[in-house]
Amino acid sequence: MILYLFIFSRHGKMRLKKWFQYFTDKEKTTLTTDLTTVILSRKRSMCNVLEYGEHKVIYKRYASLYFVAGIDWNENELYTLEVIHRYVQLLDEFFGNVCELDIIYNFDKAYYVLDELFMAGELQEPNKKAVIRHINSFEQTCQLDILTRNLEESIK
Amino acid sequence: MFEKTLTDLIRGIRTNKKNEQKYIAACLQEIRQEVRSNDPDVKAVAISKLTYVCSLQMLGYDMSWASFHVVEVMSSAKFLQKRTGYLAATQSFRQDTDVLMLTTNLLKKDLASGNHLEVGVALNGLAHIVTPDLARDLCQDLVSMLNHSRPYVRKKVVLVLYKLFLKFPEALRLSFPRLKEKLEDPDPSVVCAVVNVICELARKNPKNYLSLAPQLFHILNTSSNNWMLIKIIKLFGALTPLEPRLAKKLLPPITQHIQQTHAMSLLYECIHTVITGGMLNLGGNSDSLAAMCVNKLRTFLEDTDQNLKYVGLLALAKILPTHPRLVSEHRDIILRCIDDPDISIRLRALDLVVGMVNKRNCTDIVKRLMAHLLPSSNSDPTANYSPPSTLLEPAYRADIINRIIYICSQNSYSNITNFEWYIAVLVDLTYVSGVKVGEMLAQQIMDVGVRVKSARQYCVKIMQRLISDKNLLENCKLSDSNAEVLYAAAWISGEYCSFLENPVETIEFLIQPGVTKLSHNVQAVYVHAVLKIYAYWANSLVYNWDDDAKQELIQITAKLKDKVGMFSSCTDLEVQERAYNIREIFSIIHQDLINEENNLKEGNDYSSQKAPAIIAELPPLFFFYELNPVAPKAQKKVPIPEGLDLDAWINEPLPESENNESEEEEESYGYGYGQTFGGSGDLIFSNGNGATVGRRRVRKNGRKNGYESEDNEELREKVYVTIYSVLFGN
Repeated sequence: MILYLFIFSRHGKMRLKKWFQYFTDKEKTTLTTDLTTVILSRKRSMCNVLEYGEHKVIYKRYASLYFVAGIDWNENELYTLEVIHRYVQLLDEFFGNVCELDIIYNFDKAYYVLDELFMAGELQEPNKKAVIRHINSFEQTCQLDILTRNLEESIK
Repeated sequence: MFEKTLTDLIRGIRTNKKNEQKYIAACLQEIRQEVRSNDPDVKAVAISKLTYVCSLQMLGYDMSWASFHVVEVMSSAKFLQKRTGYLAATQSFRQDTDVLMLTTNLLKKDLASGNHLEVGVALNGLAHIVTPDLARDLCQDLVSMLNHSRPYVRKKVVLVLYKLFLKFPEALRLSFPRLKEKLEDPDPSVVCAVVNVICELARKNPKNYLSLAPQLFHILNTSSNNWMLIKIIKLFGALTPLEPRLAKKLLPPITQHIQQTHAMSLLYECIHTVITGGMLNLGGNSDSLAAMCVNKLRTFLEDTDQNLKYVGLLALAKILPTHPRLVSEHRDIILRCIDDPDISIRLRALDLVVGMVNKRNCTDIVKRLMAHLLPSSNSDPTANYSPPSTLLEPAYRADIINRIIYICSQNSYSNITNFEWYIAVLVDLTYVSGVKVGEMLAQQIMDVGVRVKSARQYCVKIMQRLISDKNLLENCKLSDSNAEVLYAAAWISGEYCSFLENPVETIEFLIQPGVTKLSHNVQAVYVHAVLKIYAYWANSLVYNWDDDAKQELIQITAKLKDKVGMFSSCTDLEVQERAYNIREIFSIIHQDLINEENNLKEGNDYSSQKAPAIIAELPPLFFFYELNPVAPKAQKKVPIPEGLDLDAWINEPLPESENNESEEEEESYGYGYGQTFGGSGDLIFSNGNGATVGRRRVRKNGRKNGYESEDNEELREKVYVTIYSVLFGN
């Protein structure tokens, strides 16, 4: 299973953090700082697998963002890479040609997409289209809420 | 009132890069106000801003003060706000957050909602914040939701149940039958979720899930969803060690996948499971299967994709113990991977290589590993990599050195053909290691020096190089110094000093002033070595005794007598004691020599053609027997001599009553002294005149050895007298 997933920029700023297992606050900070430094120092031609104590860490760089997933030792690394790729594809479809600013300004939506793809550290929905469909229905409901609110306010 | 929206906040933070902290502090103040507002929308926006600030901007800033407000937002009827609340909860609630109690009812309500989106959001949130209490309370609801009409909900429930099982294991027993049913669910994503959960559970406790094998096998054969196939194959990998027949059945479909699939991840998973699931031990055509796997792994290694190389090496390392020949066919490419600039690949290749070492390639491999420790020299333009910073990392270097020593010392040095070469390698490591491994190197050098007679001469010669090295001495206090290796150098030079080319020179090096900076155990060996070498050298002079020899002896002895004094001021007791001992010896010899000189000068008819007898007494101290290594179990092999019964009484046991009396006496007097010696109760105390009187305590359980015979009475008398004299002063 996947233990944690985070995204950070080329300058080391966190854009998204998701923990699928319980870690203390101190562990979380050490983990994030350690991994950010190590991954930023790796070159492009190196493999995407890092060994970090009891976990393996899989990371991939997409444009200016690094997507990092931590897994157990007996998890399949290539599977995790595919999973990360699937997440990026979903973000791309949802935001339409996603870029870093999209994730910065709509960080909550990025979390919601992640929630539809993963739960409890496992892949929830292998079908890309189904995930998109669910997310869009979420968005529609939200839009409906906003519309009703605006209408109510204008009536007042 | 004008409140900032989330976008405003984010934009504001980005534009205020210079005074970010101040800006954020101001925003937090606003948020505190807004969160208490009665308007639910304002509250929700405030919470979402707070989530952003706390989870992404400021590491370590705590939003637990707002937990109650988060719950308020979570319970809002509007979906948008509810979602925001749950997000805040997942980011900020810890296992011990007190408001979690309030969420139980809220979750129950949301889970029972008719709107599947609300249910979905609640399930997402639950997966993150579940505690043992929540798990217990909500278990029933969740199990009944396994039959929800929407597959969307069913799939989420299955995954949340896994989290529940981790916190509340009872839940697994109760819900397992229902979970099993879901394997037959019409919706493929639900089945996928169930497979994921069972895969995780089976890793911890495979026995319980063997019964599901037939169903899973059916899914394996009918599904084309690669994600699920990978998980199922992994699952079977956990089950096959328990059930060999299962392995036989699985072989055909898995072999088919290996041969036909285009997906690298599936191929890797199949090979990995075949190796770790014990399917190669089935006999029959398992060799061909192993060969097929290894060939596929070779294609991984040859691929330009670094990730494939990594997993290829990982899998090869797993198959190495069972099929070493197959793996060593690809030795060339593995050795090339050791030089890869990527550290992950290098570590995997090193693991593999260490398992592949044999007599023939040992030298080559060690040479390659040592090349890693050397910084890239400018004179080698063909080097196609510049060593990354990790090469200089102490942990990595220590790891390489550990591996080198492991390779060479494995199986009592079975991989080494030329021990002189190995000693040279160890000495080179002293100079290039860059980390503190001196103790390990010293231990290796001594081991080889003692066991391998033929290498001793070379060893002694090389040790001279170490002893005479001033740099090693000067830098001995540095954190990466290997000065500990001088322990071995001094000991070998002392023990096998017959191979020394110039004993006097060696002695000079051993007493140079910088030596007092070394650690105490090394100094102790130095002192002892000085004496050993002196004994040998002086003895060798006896055979060509003439005036020159005598003068030289007098000179050196005088010098040693003085110089050794520097060791006697060391704080360590062992060094001090040895230093004093040998200083006395040198003084005695020197005195003897001077007396002889004087006798000669005074014209006594004293033959000066013979060396002083005392010189001849020294060598037997050290060189009578050769020190050989002794096996740990050697003592047991010594046969007990005839007629010796170790269990028989040595003397007649004393009658019981007398014993008790004597022991009482001991306890009443000897409290202060006797008790410090602990259990066996040896009493040793002084009678005030500087002499000590001792008495062995009589043991209560009747086992006695020592002088408990007719002498006993006399002895006791003597002791009583002493006691009284000390107590009452005569």
